[in-house]
Amino acid sequence: MSSLFDQFDVWGAFWMTIKLTALSAVFSLLIGTVVAIMRVSPVPVLRFLGTSYVNIFRNTPLTLIVFFSLLGLWQTLGVELSSQLPVNAFRFAVVGLSIYHAAFVCEALRSGVNTIPLGQAEAARSIGLTFGQTLREVVLPQAFRGAITPLGNTLIALAKNTTVVVTIGVAETAYLMNKVNEDASDQLTNMFLLAALFFVLLTVPIGLLTGRASKRLAVKR
Amino acid sequence: MQIRKMGGVAIVAVAALGLSACGGDDSGSGSGGKIDIGIKFDQPGIGLKQGDKYSGLDVDVAKYVAKELGYSEDKINWKAAPSKQREQLIKSGQVKMVVASYSITDARKKEVSFAGPYFIAQQALLVKKGSGITNLQGLQGKKLCSVSGSTSATKLKAKVPGVNLQEFDTYSKCTEALVAGRIDAETTDDTILSGYANQDTYKGKLEVVPGVGGDEIYGIGIKKGDKATCEKINSALAKMVADGSWKKAVTDNLGADYKLDAAKNPPKQDTCS
Amino acid sequence: MSAGVLFDAPGPKARMRHRVLGAVGLLLLAAIIGLVVWKFQQQGQFESSKWTPFVHGEIWNSYLVPGLMGTLKAAAISIVLACVLGGLLALGRLSTVKPIRWIASVIVEFFRAVPVLLMMIFSFGMYVKYNVVPSEQAPLAAVVTGLALYNGSVICEVIRSGVDQLPKGQGEAGLSVGLTEAQTLRSIMLPQAVTAMLPSLVSQLVVVLKDTALGYNVLYAELLYSSNDAASNYSNLVPVILVIAVIYIIINYTLTKIAQWIERRIARRGRSAVTGPDTGVGPGGPVGGPDMNANTVAG
Repeated sequence: MSSLFDQFDVWGAFWMTIKLTALSAVFSLLIGTVVAIMRVSPVPVLRFLGTSYVNIFRNTPLTLIVFFSLLGLWQTLGVELSSQLPVNAFRFAVVGLSIYHAAFVCEALRSGVNTIPLGQAEAARSIGLTFGQTLREVVLPQAFRGAITPLGNTLIALAKNTTVVVTIGVAETAYLMNKVNEDASDQLTNMFLLAALFFVLLTVPIGLLTGRASKRLAVKR
Repeated sequence: MQIRKMGGVAIVAVAALGLSACGGDDSGSGSGGKIDIGIKFDQPGIGLKQGDKYSGLDVDVAKYVAKELGYSEDKINWKAAPSKQREQLIKSGQVKMVVASYSITDARKKEVSFAGPYFIAQQALLVKKGSGITNLQGLQGKKLCSVSGSTSATKLKAKVPGVNLQEFDTYSKCTEALVAGRIDAETTDDTILSGYANQDTYKGKLEVVPGVGGDEIYGIGIKKGDKATCEKINSALAKMVADGSWKKAVTDNLGADYKLDAAKNPPKQDTCS
Repeated sequence: MSAGVLFDAPGPKARMRHRVLGAVGLLLLAAIIGLVVWKFQQQGQFESSKWTPFVHGEIWNSYLVPGLMGTLKAAAISIVLACVLGGLLALGRLSTVKPIRWIASVIVEFFRAVPVLLMMIFSFGMYVKYNVVPSEQAPLAAVVTGLALYNGSVICEVIRSGVDQLPKGQGEAGLSVGLTEAQTLRSIMLPQAVTAMLPSLVSQLVVVLKDTALGYNVLYAELLYSSNDAASNYSNLVPVILVIAVIYIIINYTLTKIAQWIERRIARRGRSAVTGPDTGVGPGGPVGGPDMNANTVAG
């Protein structure tokens, strides 16, 4: 086990996974909220765009989306997020992960909206709040609370899905595991157990915390 | 009705699958049988699947050797032999030989035996025409692409510390990025790079900068200790060089402007053990 | 609450405003698409040499259709195994014997926490090293192992939440007519739970299908992998990836729609399908239906 740490940058890979998870979580929450608002907005075109977004990105393999963020955005469109290529690949990995998980964040929020009783929005409208105000003051605050558990699930899935970005050469956990498999295959079992433990330690607390938070923050009805 | 129809289609489809699966199984040895040969499927100039045909230096070498072993071209079953699986394919007997830009190394010799070598390649750079990169020094501060886990990138990084590395999982992706102008150079064996430089789409756009690293000695992987086959292959290879087929295969696949290291090529076959 | 109640029925002024907003949105989208198309054009991605292969049969016959077959094959084997495994694990978790329950729980939680890709890489390494399966089959075996273990655990949770959601009276009634715990579970609870879960199971198929693309990393010749071979031959990586993305979207979208259709049918028969956010099950959280299935987030 110790030779694993001597030979390979295990901590670096784990840290990379954590960074990918944290950054993508923030961006997918932002994008997902925007898409969710589009999906419930009164403007038909926006609703259509929001629905299309979800249907397209939810049904495409993440590997493909990650490929395409680098092949399409960087290579073909020429958007460069850093002149340092490893950093560039990392940032595009975040882009790909965020775009994909935003579709699930959107659906989580929509399910959160579904937990709010009809009367809430009707009351808001009856006192003359506009759509924007209704959303901001009444619906979204409750929707986020109602959506904590599905959002937590999305976060867990996101943490695990960061492994997919190995395909564009980001040095995270799956990359490390590939390397161990090639350079020191006798260490593969150790590496797998270590990585598994890392992901258990990463995801189980998220589940427990969001589970507790959703109970505590639940809107009393 | 609808369902029954679909059922019929499904049955036909399954039957077709079953038949095609059977077609691949009759791979016994012997004069009337077929021979399974592992090659690369995705390397232009080396081993490339083109629809249901195969082309490349490795393919031509494999065809010649197979012919000498008594198998005509239509008796060859081509199988994909990705780098990670080459030893296993040989050890489990699923292929008779692997001809897949397979460098002879001591580590690999512990698991399989090698016939040949049939070619000595060198590490090189692939750059855009007129890029001004002519040697290792020109790479300072440039953007380089290679395949994850390949030794060539690691070697270069040690020699040129300032290099900026993007890793992909295939060389095809590197080449696309190179043509699009996002990276300045791509590194691996000069054979593989020449294959891309000669591909129709890229012709005239790219050039190979030779001699930036050590030799890669390509051998034909066979079952460990199969001395008889090894000797047969070696005499086939010697014949291939003697009758000019070897030279033809090299120019056909690597292009007229491939800078063949004539001091080392064609290589002399090692003795079989 | 559906979106419709968030705003009043638009009057003439609001309708006008919505039209303007809609037009602006569309224009913005058109501008982005135009920019992308223009840039793609500049990079030569629309060169006919990159697209003509798709009108000839060769790229389909030699690469994409066999690749798709590989994808479907891996998905089919995985989902069958996952259902079997999920059923067994659910029996374990619902068992009255404590150690069995405990072991099943640990298995489920472990395989839900470990990324599928890592399981594939690991099992691939093991299969190759110890020659467990013929090396030609090692990639498929690795893909199936990863997918079956993960999705089996998820399906176990789906079944469990299905059973949990049944009215309490069902189980009590079973016990009161003299059935044993196991009999009650087998002949009363599970049949009902499975019907209610059908939509979730179908949408789990979407996850499996999407995740077969991970097999790319262990050299399994599925759609993504064979499309890479195609791209090497025709040097048209970007067009190929666009085309297979469309294939994936069509298949998965259809499956999602089927799941929703089944859900509606079940609802019409007066039972409720296991969906929605309030089927909380342990740290992993709920297992939702097709419309809100956080567990379908896998790669």
